[in-house]
Amino acid sequence: MIEYLVTKHSYWFYIILIMMGFYGMMVKNNLMKKLIGMNIFQWSIILFFISIGAKKGATIPIIETHGVLNQAVRAADYINPLPHVLMLTAIVVGVATTGIALALLIIIYQNYGTLEEDEIIEALKK
Amino acid sequence: MTTVHFPALIVVTPLIASFIVFAVGWFDRRYCFPLVIGALTACLIFAAGLAAAVLDNGNPLHYHLGSWPPPWGIEYVVDHLNVLILLAIAVIALLSAIYSRSMAAREFPQAKLPQLYTLYLLQVTGLFGITITGDVFNLYVLLEIASFSAYAMIAMGERGAAFAAFRYMIFGTIGACSYMLGVGYLYILTGSLNMADLNQLLPALYQSKALLAGFSLLLVGIAIKMALFPVHTWLPDSYTLAPSSVSVLLAPLSTKVGAYVLIRILLSVFNAPFYTSLYPAAPVLGWIAAAGVLFAAFLAIAQSDLKRMLCYLIVCEIGYIVIGVSSSNRLGLTGALLHLVNDMFMMACLFAVTGIIYAHARTRNIYELRNLHRTLPLTMAVFVTGALAVIGVPPLCGFFSKWYLVLGAIQAQQWFFVFVILMSSLLNTVLFFRIIEQVYFPPRESIPAEHAHHDTPFRLDPVPMGELIPAACLACFLILLGFFSNMLITRFISRAIPGTF
Repeated sequence: MIEYLVTKHSYWFYIILIMMGFYGMMVKNNLMKKLIGMNIFQWSIILFFISIGAKKGATIPIIETHGVLNQAVRAADYINPLPHVLMLTAIVVGVATTGIALALLIIIYQNYGTLEEDEIIEALKK
Repeated sequence: MTTVHFPALIVVTPLIASFIVFAVGWFDRRYCFPLVIGALTACLIFAAGLAAAVLDNGNPLHYHLGSWPPPWGIEYVVDHLNVLILLAIAVIALLSAIYSRSMAAREFPQAKLPQLYTLYLLQVTGLFGITITGDVFNLYVLLEIASFSAYAMIAMGERGAAFAAFRYMIFGTIGACSYMLGVGYLYILTGSLNMADLNQLLPALYQSKALLAGFSLLLVGIAIKMALFPVHTWLPDSYTLAPSSVSVLLAPLSTKVGAYVLIRILLSVFNAPFYTSLYPAAPVLGWIAAAGVLFAAFLAIAQSDLKRMLCYLIVCEIGYIVIGVSSSNRLGLTGALLHLVNDMFMMACLFAVTGIIYAHARTRNIYELRNLHRTLPLTMAVFVTGALAVIGVPPLCGFFSKWYLVLGAIQAQQWFFVFVILMSSLLNTVLFFRIIEQVYFPPRESIPAEHAHHDTPFRLDPVPMGELIPAACLACFLILLGFFSNMLITRFISRAIPGTF
């Protein structure tokens, strides 16, 4: 059991992170804290993807001697670059989300003078 | 003319045009609108070309971006399933762009129009991309492009819209992240992101628990994006408060494209035995959708705001589509796909009319719309056409898709689903005839004295032609789709459904 926990420690870390983010998004009353929760949520998934490409004792995925591709390349020697490349896209998506969310928060703050969700709902009812 | 590069062009044209529109907006705002119309007309031509090519060929078209062969590179696939949806998106995007010209001029200051049209084209890019792509991760990116432009456009709306957009964004991000995590699971298991490749590789892994987790995450993500009950809560607020010129594009298309993604993932990435018997996702989805249909139909009746009522109707229609998918036989899937296309046009028509009514009468409260047919005869005629189509009165298109949905549910022997579809049609009848009664047959005493005599001369609506004509075109499409539904089924839909059904 202990071994199970320890060998998979990075995955436990992502589960904790994603739950923290989810808690922040669902429970926090302040919209800025919701946004921070959303970022933690996204980053935990990005970390998960990055870790699945990693291998023990492997090197960066650049084949040193070019032109020898007819020889078999031992995949175990190289880190899988594809999840990392995918996560470059996902990071851009995350940055764009944060940018739009911050712009929305500025508009909300200008309109209501607060970022507390219950106060905004109260103001909207009037 | 060769159609080889059309699959890429249909996505790239609105993408590049959106940047050009933004740049041109700095110099002269008058050129923005013609550019938008030009780009969307080009998209319509590409979509029509693709449809003709697919019908000629009889086989799906494959386009390899950058000439990388499929399992490594991103592939765009056009088959009988998505070419129909591409065409519907192209037609509705073009009509609602024409509609939005005078509507947007009324709703926004001139300086904001270039930004609006930039986002508008980005939204169309995302919708086309989601529909055409054959790569699960590319789908995620395009889903987010469509969502971002939706958040920003919704936030441009009336009071409270920014807050609604923020809530939509929290929900949408959970959905997109869940989808991405599901894609990650599939990638770990197979090492592939191509839909056709996954479809070949996955059956060997169908017993794997990790695959079930990935599948569930994918379904949750898509359910949030398509506003399936009970995760629809972002939809009513954000679409009600969005500007009329925006909601006419967003409301019909983005949830329906989400439903298309559901069908695509179930049919093209997984296969029927997996989601019906091995892992009974179809019955679960069906029961959730049936609950959602009844729930949304009742809530729609409770609304007095016309636009909010239509928003609940969208949730209801998404439920229909999922019920069709869950009956997992040929008839049910035919109904689901036909309803997907029909509902795009029905909702576009009704949202366009609602925008006109709101702009003209300055109210969306259905109890204040009395005698509106005297001032807006044609607009109200379009509204009644849309309403009858949603209820499912033959020969309008809504009837045929509901017919197949009911037949599918009967064949699957899901009698409760049959009851739900018929019951909610009845509830929709109540819903719309309440409004039609208020408009055409108000209580006697509520008729103002100057309108009391019936010989008021017939006048054309005091509505800009640029708004009325697109709405009327959409209403015509409702009739045409009804008359030609058999052609749609034999030419496209029956060939889109895998032969295993």
